[in-house]
Amino acid sequence: MAAAVATETPFHVLAVDDSLPDRKLIERLLKTSSFQVTTVDSGSKALQFLGLHDDHSPVPVHTDQLDVAVNLIITDYCMPGMTGYDLLKKIKESSSLRDIPVVIMSSENIPSRINRCLEEGADEFFLKPVRLSDMNKLKPHILKSRCREHYHQEQHQQSDSNSDECSNPTNTSSSSDSSSNRKRKAADNEEILPQANRSRHS
Amino acid sequence: MDYTNLRRQIISMKKSLFDQGYLDEQFNQLEELQDDSSPNFVDEVVALFFKDSSRLLTNIEQALEKYPQDFYRLDSLVYQFKGSGSSIGALRMKNECSMFKAHCNDRDLEGYRTLDDSSSIPASHSLLEQLHLIPWLTQMPPVTPEDKEGACHSEAEAGDIFSCKHKHQIKGPVST
Repeated sequence: MAAAVATETPFHVLAVDDSLPDRKLIERLLKTSSFQVTTVDSGSKALQFLGLHDDHSPVPVHTDQLDVAVNLIITDYCMPGMTGYDLLKKIKESSSLRDIPVVIMSSENIPSRINRCLEEGADEFFLKPVRLSDMNKLKPHILKSRCREHYHQEQHQQSDSNSDECSNPTNTSSSSDSSSNRKRKAADNEEILPQANRSRHS
Repeated sequence: MDYTNLRRQIISMKKSLFDQGYLDEQFNQLEELQDDSSPNFVDEVVALFFKDSSRLLTNIEQALEKYPQDFYRLDSLVYQFKGSGSSIGALRMKNECSMFKAHCNDRDLEGYRTLDDSSSIPASHSLLEQLHLIPWLTQMPPVTPEDKEGACHSEAEAGDIFSCKHKHQIKGPVST
């Protein structure tokens, strides 16, 4: 019989780290914790993946990367070129990406650094080496941001959709709340009005 | 091939690495992440560590040879090297990097033309190549209760496998 239950797709995490062994480790930690993982080795590659780019040139469209939803970004702090902090800032400055939870990792326990990141909007700070137990802290941030976003959506659109979404812990692919899926845009359209871009469930 | 003996030697070597502070619990964390879906995980991470660290060591040596020394660059390289080691649980190497970094901070590298002069980072790094042998433990025939005890006969025995000339050719467990 036709199931009313939506299929459960794993949450997708984008991991950013310039260190090869660290990338391998974070990937394994995330996969072991049932996340879908994409790893990149720099902040600029992360932004590319997310659909942002510095020079406003159109991002080449790769069919295998279309409509890739990212539910959380975890990034190393110290990276050459764009640091994790720079990446965090860029994400928070982007209206299309700022609701994605960001976690910073660092091998140095520097309170001022940690505070700076949290103040800029990071949801969590992990000291390296990251452990399996740290992975349990990720899902709450993802769920919280989805609820928050859904709430904002309701505020703006005064839609008739109910807020059952928040009590449903599964990441349903049939979700009407597609705005929480950060679809990677091919065009440079960061300045999206909330009303305009969210496809609504009819 | 007497696997019992070899197994004992590797267990002994591993225990020694922990006892002497070359490895810490982070290495155990790596072992815990290895399972049927990722059966060579530890070896893969160790291999990536060596790929990364060898590159960094070369860069550090080159940076040391320059005069005047670029302390900023040296500091950055050692930081990366330390981070890399920390991920696999290379405790001693991590501590040695910290000490070396302190020298960098104090601009106290006068007379140090090679890394060997100023620290034992290369020594503790190359010692970690023993880690490549650990995955063999999971590939050998089943253990006897004696093996599980990690019975260690002597350090000399543990040293046997490293006098083997073919050490560097050991890529990992051979699938039978």
